[in-house]
Amino acid sequence: MRALRGLGQRVTSRIWRLGYASRFFLAILLHSGTSLRRINLTIREIFFTGVLSLIIILVSGLFVGMVLGLQGYDTLARYGSTEALGVLVSLSLVRELGPVVAALLFASRAGSAITAEIGMMKATEQLSAMEMMAVDPIARVVAPRFWGGVISMPLLAALFSAMGIFGGYLVGVQLIGVDEGSFWSQMQASVDFREDILNGVIKSFVFGIIVSWVAVFEGYDAEPTAEGVSGATTRTVVTSSLAILAADFILTAFMFTGT
Amino acid sequence: MSRTTLDLWVGFFVAVGLGALLFLALKVGNLASSSSGETYAIQAKFDNIGGLKVRGAVKSAGVVVGRVTEIRFDPEAYLAVVTISVDARYKFPRDTFATINTSGLLGEQYVGFEVGGDTAMLKAGDTIKKTQSAVVLEKLISQFMFNKAAEDGGKK
Repeated sequence: MRALRGLGQRVTSRIWRLGYASRFFLAILLHSGTSLRRINLTIREIFFTGVLSLIIILVSGLFVGMVLGLQGYDTLARYGSTEALGVLVSLSLVRELGPVVAALLFASRAGSAITAEIGMMKATEQLSAMEMMAVDPIARVVAPRFWGGVISMPLLAALFSAMGIFGGYLVGVQLIGVDEGSFWSQMQASVDFREDILNGVIKSFVFGIIVSWVAVFEGYDAEPTAEGVSGATTRTVVTSSLAILAADFILTAFMFTGT
Repeated sequence: MSRTTLDLWVGFFVAVGLGALLFLALKVGNLASSSSGETYAIQAKFDNIGGLKVRGAVKSAGVVVGRVTEIRFDPEAYLAVVTISVDARYKFPRDTFATINTSGLLGEQYVGFEVGGDTAMLKAGDTIKKTQSAVVLEKLISQFMFNKAAEDGGKK
Protein backbone atom coordinates (compact mmCIF):
# COMPACT_ATOMS: atom_id res chain seq x y z
CA MET A 1 0.00 0.00 0.00
CA ARG A 2 2.77 2.38 0.92
CA ALA A 3 4.65 1.48 -2.24
CA LEU A 4 1.55 2.28 -4.28
CA ARG A 5 1.16 5.61 -2.55
CA GLY A 6 4.81 6.41 -3.13
CA LEU A 7 4.45 5.59 -6.80
CA GLY A 8 1.38 7.76 -7.16
CA GLN A 9 3.08 10.60 -5.37
CA ARG A 10 6.10 10.35 -7.63
CA VAL A 11 3.95 10.41 -10.76
CA THR A 12 1.92 13.39 -9.56
CA SER A 13 5.02 15.32 -8.61
CA ARG A 14 6.51 14.68 -12.08
CA ILE A 15 3.34 15.94 -13.73
CA TRP A 16 3.27 18.92 -11.38
CA ARG A 17 6.82 19.77 -12.32
CA LEU A 18 6.04 19.42 -16.01
CA GLY A 19 3.13 21.81 -15.70
CA TYR A 20 5.25 24.25 -13.71
CA ALA A 21 8.01 23.99 -16.31
CA SER A 22 5.55 24.76 -19.12
CA ARG A 23 4.23 27.79 -17.25
CA PHE A 24 7.84 28.85 -16.66
CA PHE A 25 8.56 28.48 -20.40
CA LEU A 26 5.66 30.80 -21.20
CA ALA A 27 6.90 33.27 -18.61
CA ILE A 28 10.34 33.28 -20.25
CA LEU A 29 8.79 33.97 -23.64
CA LEU A 30 6.66 36.78 -22.20
CA HIS A 31 9.66 38.37 -20.52
CA SER A 32 12.09 37.92 -23.38
CA GLY A 33 11.36 41.43 -24.62
CA THR A 34 13.72 42.70 -21.94
CA SER A 35 16.56 40.44 -23.01
CA LEU A 36 16.19 41.73 -26.57
CA ARG A 37 15.99 45.37 -25.53
CA ARG A 38 18.97 45.04 -23.20
CA ILE A 39 20.93 43.02 -25.72
CA ASN A 40 24.13 43.36 -23.69
CA LEU A 41 22.77 40.92 -21.15
CA THR A 42 22.17 38.33 -23.87
CA ILE A 43 25.57 38.96 -25.45
CA ARG A 44 27.19 38.32 -22.09
CA GLU A 45 25.37 34.99 -21.87
CA ILE A 46 26.35 34.04 -25.44
CA PHE A 47 29.92 34.58 -24.31
CA PHE A 48 29.54 32.27 -21.32
CA THR A 49 27.57 29.51 -23.06
CA GLY A 50 28.80 29.77 -26.65
CA VAL A 51 32.33 31.11 -26.70
CA LEU A 52 33.50 29.12 -23.71
CA SER A 53 32.10 25.91 -25.28
CA LEU A 54 34.04 26.51 -28.50
CA ILE A 55 37.13 24.51 -27.55
CA ILE A 56 35.31 21.36 -26.45
CA ILE A 57 33.00 21.50 -29.50
CA LEU A 58 35.83 22.03 -31.99
CA VAL A 59 38.12 19.36 -30.53
CA SER A 60 35.43 16.72 -30.17
CA GLY A 61 34.07 17.54 -33.64
CA LEU A 62 37.51 16.99 -35.09
CA PHE A 63 37.95 13.66 -33.34
CA VAL A 64 34.46 12.41 -34.18
CA GLY A 65 35.11 13.23 -37.84
CA MET A 66 38.47 11.48 -37.76
CA VAL A 67 36.95 8.35 -36.20
CA LEU A 68 34.17 8.40 -38.81
CA GLY A 69 36.81 8.65 -41.51
CA LEU A 70 38.75 5.66 -40.20
CA GLN A 71 35.76 3.44 -39.48
CA GLY A 72 33.93 4.44 -42.63
CA TYR A 73 36.96 3.72 -44.77
CA ASP A 74 37.35 0.32 -43.19
CA THR A 75 33.75 -0.65 -43.97
CA LEU A 76 33.55 0.96 -47.40
CA ALA A 77 36.81 -0.68 -48.48
CA ARG A 78 35.06 -4.04 -48.23
CA TYR A 79 32.62 -2.97 -50.93
CA GLY A 80 35.24 -1.21 -53.00
CA SER A 81 33.50 2.14 -52.77
CA THR A 82 35.89 4.20 -50.69
CA GLU A 83 35.09 7.28 -52.80
CA ALA A 84 31.79 7.45 -50.94
CA LEU A 85 33.67 8.24 -47.72
CA GLY A 86 32.89 11.95 -48.07
CA VAL A 87 29.18 11.20 -48.38
CA LEU A 88 29.22 8.94 -45.34
CA VAL A 89 31.11 11.40 -43.14
CA SER A 90 29.18 14.48 -44.20
CA LEU A 91 25.69 12.97 -44.12
CA SER A 92 26.13 11.34 -40.74
CA LEU A 93 27.56 14.55 -39.29
CA VAL A 94 25.14 17.03 -40.82
CA ARG A 95 22.03 14.98 -40.20
CA GLU A 96 22.64 13.33 -36.85
CA LEU A 97 25.95 13.52 -35.08
CA GLY A 98 26.50 17.25 -35.46
CA PRO A 99 23.28 18.41 -33.81
CA VAL A 100 23.00 15.55 -31.31
CA VAL A 101 26.56 15.26 -30.02
CA ALA A 102 26.99 19.04 -29.97
CA ALA A 103 23.77 19.32 -27.96
CA LEU A 104 24.88 16.61 -25.51
CA LEU A 105 28.22 18.36 -25.01
CA PHE A 106 26.44 21.69 -24.73
CA ALA A 107 24.12 20.28 -22.06
CA SER A 108 26.98 19.07 -19.94
CA ARG A 109 29.27 22.04 -20.57
CA ALA A 110 26.91 25.02 -20.59
CA GLY A 111 23.57 23.70 -19.31
CA SER A 112 25.01 22.48 -16.04
CA ALA A 113 26.82 25.81 -15.56
CA ILE A 114 23.59 27.75 -16.10
CA THR A 115 21.73 25.56 -13.59
CA ALA A 116 24.48 25.87 -11.00
CA GLU A 117 24.67 29.63 -11.44
CA ILE A 118 20.93 30.25 -11.13
CA GLY A 119 20.68 27.71 -8.31
CA MET A 120 23.45 29.45 -6.36
CA MET A 121 21.76 32.79 -6.96
CA LYS A 122 18.64 31.32 -5.47
CA ALA A 123 20.50 29.72 -2.55
CA THR A 124 22.23 32.98 -1.68
CA GLU A 125 18.87 34.78 -2.00
CA GLN A 126 20.02 37.04 -4.81
CA LEU A 127 16.82 36.28 -6.70
CA SER A 128 14.68 37.31 -3.71
CA ALA A 129 16.77 40.45 -3.35
CA MET A 130 16.05 41.31 -6.97
CA GLU A 131 12.35 40.87 -6.42
CA MET A 132 12.64 43.20 -3.42
CA MET A 133 14.14 45.82 -5.72
CA ALA A 134 11.24 45.33 -8.14
CA VAL A 135 13.53 43.66 -10.69
CA ASP A 136 11.88 40.61 -12.21
CA PRO A 137 14.47 37.80 -11.94
CA ILE A 138 12.93 35.98 -14.90
CA ALA A 139 13.46 38.98 -17.15
CA ARG A 140 16.86 39.94 -15.71
CA VAL A 141 18.48 36.54 -15.07
CA VAL A 142 16.57 33.71 -16.73
CA ALA A 143 15.51 35.02 -20.14
CA PRO A 144 18.98 36.25 -21.25
CA ARG A 145 20.50 32.87 -20.33
CA PHE A 146 17.74 31.08 -22.21
CA TRP A 147 18.20 33.13 -25.38
CA GLY A 148 21.97 32.98 -25.10
CA GLY A 149 21.74 29.19 -25.19
CA VAL A 150 19.20 29.13 -28.01
CA ILE A 151 21.37 31.39 -30.18
CA SER A 152 24.63 29.58 -29.42
CA MET A 153 23.41 26.05 -30.08
CA PRO A 154 22.90 26.12 -33.90
CA LEU A 155 26.22 27.91 -34.36
CA LEU A 156 28.01 25.34 -32.23
CA ALA A 157 26.35 22.46 -34.09
CA ALA A 158 27.37 23.95 -37.45
CA LEU A 159 30.94 24.33 -36.19
CA PHE A 160 30.90 20.74 -34.94
CA SER A 161 29.77 19.43 -38.35
CA ALA A 162 32.25 21.56 -40.28
CA MET A 163 35.08 20.53 -37.99
CA GLY A 164 34.06 16.87 -38.23
CA ILE A 165 34.02 16.97 -42.03
CA PHE A 166 37.46 18.57 -41.90
CA GLY A 167 38.58 15.73 -39.58
CA GLY A 168 37.18 13.15 -41.99
CA TYR A 169 39.01 14.91 -44.83
CA LEU A 170 42.28 14.85 -42.86
CA VAL A 171 42.08 11.12 -42.16
CA GLY A 172 40.43 10.01 -45.39
CA VAL A 173 42.29 12.11 -47.94
CA GLN A 174 45.54 13.17 -46.30
CA LEU A 175 46.29 10.07 -44.24
CA ILE A 176 44.71 7.13 -46.07
CA GLY A 177 44.73 8.59 -49.55
CA VAL A 178 41.15 8.57 -50.83
CA ASP A 179 40.93 10.61 -54.01
CA GLU A 180 40.35 14.22 -53.04
CA GLY A 181 38.21 15.13 -56.04
CA SER A 182 35.72 12.32 -55.58
CA PHE A 183 35.65 12.90 -51.83
CA TRP A 184 34.30 16.43 -52.28
CA SER A 185 32.30 15.97 -55.48
CA GLN A 186 30.38 12.92 -54.27
CA MET A 187 29.71 14.78 -51.05
CA GLN A 188 28.31 17.75 -52.93
CA ALA A 189 26.24 15.53 -55.19
CA SER A 190 24.43 13.80 -52.35
CA VAL A 191 24.15 16.41 -49.58
CA ASP A 192 21.11 18.56 -50.23
CA PHE A 193 21.01 22.05 -48.75
CA ARG A 194 17.36 22.11 -47.76
CA GLU A 195 16.87 18.43 -47.04
CA ASP A 196 20.01 17.80 -45.02
CA ILE A 197 21.72 20.97 -43.87
CA LEU A 198 18.66 23.07 -43.10
CA ASN A 199 17.00 20.17 -41.29
CA GLY A 200 20.16 19.75 -39.23
CA VAL A 201 20.05 23.43 -38.29
CA ILE A 202 16.39 23.14 -37.31
CA LYS A 203 17.27 20.14 -35.17
CA SER A 204 20.05 21.97 -33.36
CA PHE A 205 17.73 24.95 -32.82
CA VAL A 206 15.13 22.70 -31.18
CA PHE A 207 17.86 21.07 -29.05
CA GLY A 208 19.04 24.53 -28.02
CA ILE A 209 15.55 25.37 -26.79
CA ILE A 210 15.32 22.06 -24.91
CA VAL A 211 18.71 22.33 -23.20
CA SER A 212 18.33 25.99 -22.25
CA TRP A 213 14.80 25.48 -21.01
CA VAL A 214 15.71 22.49 -18.84
CA ALA A 215 18.82 24.26 -17.52
CA VAL A 216 17.13 27.50 -16.46
CA PHE A 217 14.12 25.67 -15.07
CA GLU A 218 16.17 23.27 -12.96
CA GLY A 219 18.22 26.19 -11.66
CA TYR A 220 15.17 28.26 -10.85
CA ASP A 221 13.37 25.33 -9.26
CA ALA A 222 16.41 24.09 -7.28
CA GLU A 223 16.19 23.67 -3.55
CA PRO A 224 18.12 26.61 -2.10
CA THR A 225 20.80 24.49 -0.46
CA ALA A 226 24.20 23.28 -1.61
CA GLU A 227 22.78 19.77 -1.91
CA GLY A 228 19.76 20.99 -3.84
CA VAL A 229 21.93 22.85 -6.34
CA SER A 230 24.13 19.82 -6.96
CA GLY A 231 21.04 17.64 -7.45
CA ALA A 232 19.57 20.17 -9.87
CA THR A 233 22.79 20.25 -11.89
CA THR A 234 22.77 16.46 -12.20
CA ARG A 235 19.10 16.51 -13.20
CA THR A 236 19.82 19.10 -15.89
CA VAL A 237 22.37 16.89 -17.59
CA VAL A 238 20.28 13.72 -17.30
CA THR A 239 16.95 15.25 -18.29
CA SER A 240 18.25 17.31 -21.18
CA SER A 241 20.31 14.41 -22.59
CA LEU A 242 17.28 12.13 -22.55
CA ALA A 243 15.05 14.85 -23.97
CA ILE A 244 17.57 15.52 -26.77
CA LEU A 245 17.68 11.87 -27.80
CA ALA A 246 13.90 11.50 -27.67
CA ALA A 247 13.36 14.73 -29.62
CA ASP A 248 15.97 13.60 -32.13
CA PHE A 249 14.00 10.44 -32.83
CA ILE A 250 10.79 12.39 -33.31
CA LEU A 251 12.38 15.03 -35.53
CA THR A 252 14.18 12.40 -37.61
CA ALA A 253 10.92 10.54 -38.10
CA PHE A 254 9.34 13.75 -39.39
CA MET A 255 12.23 14.94 -41.55
CA PHE A 256 13.97 12.03 -43.17
CA THR A 257 11.30 9.43 -43.78
CA GLY A 258 8.71 9.58 -46.51
CA THR A 259 9.49 10.82 -50.01
CA MET B 1 36.84 41.07 -18.44
CA SER B 2 35.91 44.46 -19.86
CA ARG B 3 32.91 44.94 -22.08
CA THR B 4 34.77 45.48 -25.33
CA THR B 5 36.80 42.28 -25.27
CA LEU B 6 33.61 40.38 -24.45
CA ASP B 7 31.90 41.87 -27.48
CA LEU B 8 34.90 40.97 -29.57
CA TRP B 9 34.74 37.34 -28.49
CA VAL B 10 31.01 37.06 -29.10
CA GLY B 11 31.40 38.68 -32.51
CA PHE B 12 34.19 36.25 -33.32
CA PHE B 13 32.04 33.32 -32.19
CA VAL B 14 29.03 34.38 -34.28
CA ALA B 15 31.24 35.03 -37.32
CA VAL B 16 32.93 31.63 -37.04
CA GLY B 17 29.57 29.91 -36.58
CA LEU B 18 28.06 31.59 -39.62
CA GLY B 19 31.23 30.80 -41.54
CA ALA B 20 30.78 27.13 -40.66
CA LEU B 21 27.19 27.27 -41.93
CA LEU B 22 28.38 28.87 -45.15
CA PHE B 23 31.03 26.16 -45.52
CA LEU B 24 28.37 23.49 -45.05
CA ALA B 25 26.07 25.15 -47.58
CA LEU B 26 28.61 25.82 -50.32
CA LYS B 27 31.37 23.26 -49.96
CA VAL B 28 29.46 20.30 -48.51
CA GLY B 29 25.98 20.87 -49.88
CA ASN B 30 24.84 21.57 -53.40
CA LEU B 31 23.52 25.09 -52.93
CA ALA B 32 26.03 26.49 -55.40
CA SER B 33 25.30 24.03 -58.18
CA SER B 34 21.54 23.59 -57.78
CA SER B 35 20.60 27.14 -58.74
CA SER B 36 22.49 27.28 -62.01
CA GLY B 37 20.61 29.27 -64.58
CA GLU B 38 17.62 28.49 -66.73
CA THR B 39 16.10 25.14 -67.58
CA TYR B 40 13.37 23.78 -69.80
CA ALA B 41 11.03 20.94 -68.88
CA ILE B 42 10.43 17.86 -70.98
CA GLN B 43 8.61 14.65 -70.19
CA ALA B 44 9.37 10.99 -70.69
CA LYS B 45 7.11 7.98 -70.16
CA PHE B 46 8.56 4.78 -68.80
CA ASP B 47 7.08 1.31 -68.25
CA ASN B 48 9.07 1.00 -65.05
CA ILE B 49 11.27 3.59 -63.39
CA GLY B 50 12.82 1.22 -60.84
CA GLY B 51 14.33 3.23 -58.02
CA LEU B 52 14.50 6.61 -59.76
CA LYS B 53 13.86 9.51 -57.39
CA VAL B 54 12.92 13.17 -57.68
CA ARG B 55 16.12 15.28 -57.90
CA GLY B 56 17.89 12.36 -59.54
CA ALA B 57 20.49 13.24 -62.15
CA VAL B 58 19.96 13.32 -65.91
CA LYS B 59 23.14 12.52 -67.79
CA SER B 60 24.23 12.55 -71.37
CA ALA B 61 27.63 11.05 -72.18
CA GLY B 62 28.17 10.88 -68.44
CA VAL B 63 27.79 14.63 -67.90
CA VAL B 64 24.94 15.91 -65.72
CA VAL B 65 22.66 17.94 -67.99
CA GLY B 66 19.51 18.16 -65.84
CA ARG B 67 17.48 16.93 -62.92
CA VAL B 68 14.31 14.90 -62.43
CA THR B 69 11.73 17.34 -61.06
CA GLU B 70 8.57 15.26 -60.86
CA ILE B 71 7.52 11.62 -61.03
CA ARG B 72 3.86 10.68 -61.31
CA PHE B 73 1.72 7.78 -62.43
CA ASP B 74 -0.46 8.09 -65.53
CA PRO B 75 -3.63 6.18 -64.58
CA GLU B 76 -4.85 5.83 -68.17
CA ALA B 77 -1.77 4.47 -69.87
CA TYR B 78 -0.46 2.81 -66.69
CA LEU B 79 2.92 4.40 -67.25
CA ALA B 80 5.25 6.45 -65.10
CA VAL B 81 5.56 10.04 -66.31
CA VAL B 82 8.90 11.60 -65.42
CA THR B 83 9.31 15.34 -65.78
CA ILE B 84 12.89 16.41 -66.42
CA SER B 85 14.26 19.93 -66.36
CA VAL B 86 17.20 20.19 -68.70
CA ASP B 87 19.82 22.94 -68.54
CA ALA B 88 18.93 25.53 -71.17
CA ARG B 89 22.49 25.49 -72.50
CA TYR B 90 22.02 22.00 -73.89
CA LYS B 91 19.73 21.11 -76.81
CA PHE B 92 18.87 17.53 -77.71
CA PRO B 93 17.46 16.09 -80.96
CA ARG B 94 13.80 15.03 -81.10
CA ASP B 95 14.65 11.34 -81.32
CA THR B 96 16.78 11.28 -78.17
CA PHE B 97 16.57 7.95 -76.43
CA ALA B 98 15.95 8.11 -72.66
CA THR B 99 17.08 5.17 -70.54
CA ILE B 100 17.16 4.53 -66.82
CA ASN B 101 20.62 3.44 -65.79
CA THR B 102 22.31 2.56 -62.55
CA SER B 103 25.65 4.06 -61.57
CA GLY B 104 27.68 1.07 -60.49
CA LEU B 105 26.14 -2.21 -59.38
CA LEU B 106 24.35 -0.81 -56.34
CA GLY B 107 24.49 2.92 -57.02
CA GLU B 108 21.79 5.49 -57.57
CA GLN B 109 19.60 5.38 -60.64
CA TYR B 110 19.69 8.17 -63.18
CA VAL B 111 18.17 9.04 -66.54
CA GLY B 112 20.57 8.72 -69.44
CA PHE B 113 20.10 10.49 -72.80
CA GLU B 114 21.37 8.78 -75.89
CA VAL B 115 21.40 11.33 -78.67
CA GLY B 116 19.72 10.52 -81.98
CA GLY B 117 20.25 12.02 -85.43
CA ASP B 118 17.15 14.19 -85.89
CA THR B 119 17.79 17.81 -86.85
CA ALA B 120 14.74 19.14 -84.97
CA MET B 121 15.46 19.80 -81.31
CA LEU B 122 13.39 19.05 -78.20
CA LYS B 123 11.44 22.05 -76.91
CA ALA B 124 9.92 22.78 -73.52
CA GLY B 125 6.84 20.60 -72.96
CA ASP B 126 7.84 17.91 -75.46
CA THR B 127 7.63 14.25 -74.63
CA ILE B 128 10.41 11.84 -75.38
CA LYS B 129 9.01 8.98 -77.48
CA LYS B 130 11.66 6.34 -77.17
CA THR B 131 12.43 5.18 -73.67
CA GLN B 132 13.90 2.15 -72.02
CA SER B 133 12.84 1.07 -68.54
CA ALA B 134 15.00 0.35 -65.57
CA VAL B 135 16.61 -3.03 -65.42
CA VAL B 136 15.15 -4.88 -62.45
CA LEU B 137 17.84 -7.15 -61.15
CA GLU B 138 15.41 -9.61 -59.55
CA LYS B 139 13.61 -10.13 -62.88
CA LEU B 140 16.87 -10.83 -64.66
CA ILE B 141 17.90 -13.35 -62.04
CA SER B 142 14.54 -15.12 -62.04
CA GLN B 143 14.51 -15.21 -65.84
CA PHE B 144 17.96 -16.76 -65.81
CA MET B 145 16.93 -19.30 -63.21
CA PHE B 146 13.73 -20.30 -64.99
CA ASN B 147 15.59 -20.69 -68.28
CA LYS B 148 18.18 -22.81 -66.56
CA ALA B 149 15.48 -24.94 -64.97
CA ALA B 150 13.68 -25.35 -68.30
CA GLU B 151 16.92 -26.47 -69.97
CA ASP B 152 17.59 -29.00 -67.26
CA GLY B 153 14.00 -30.27 -67.50
CA GLY B 154 14.36 -30.74 -71.28
CA LYS B 155 17.42 -32.92 -70.92
CA LYS B 156 15.70 -35.52 -68.81
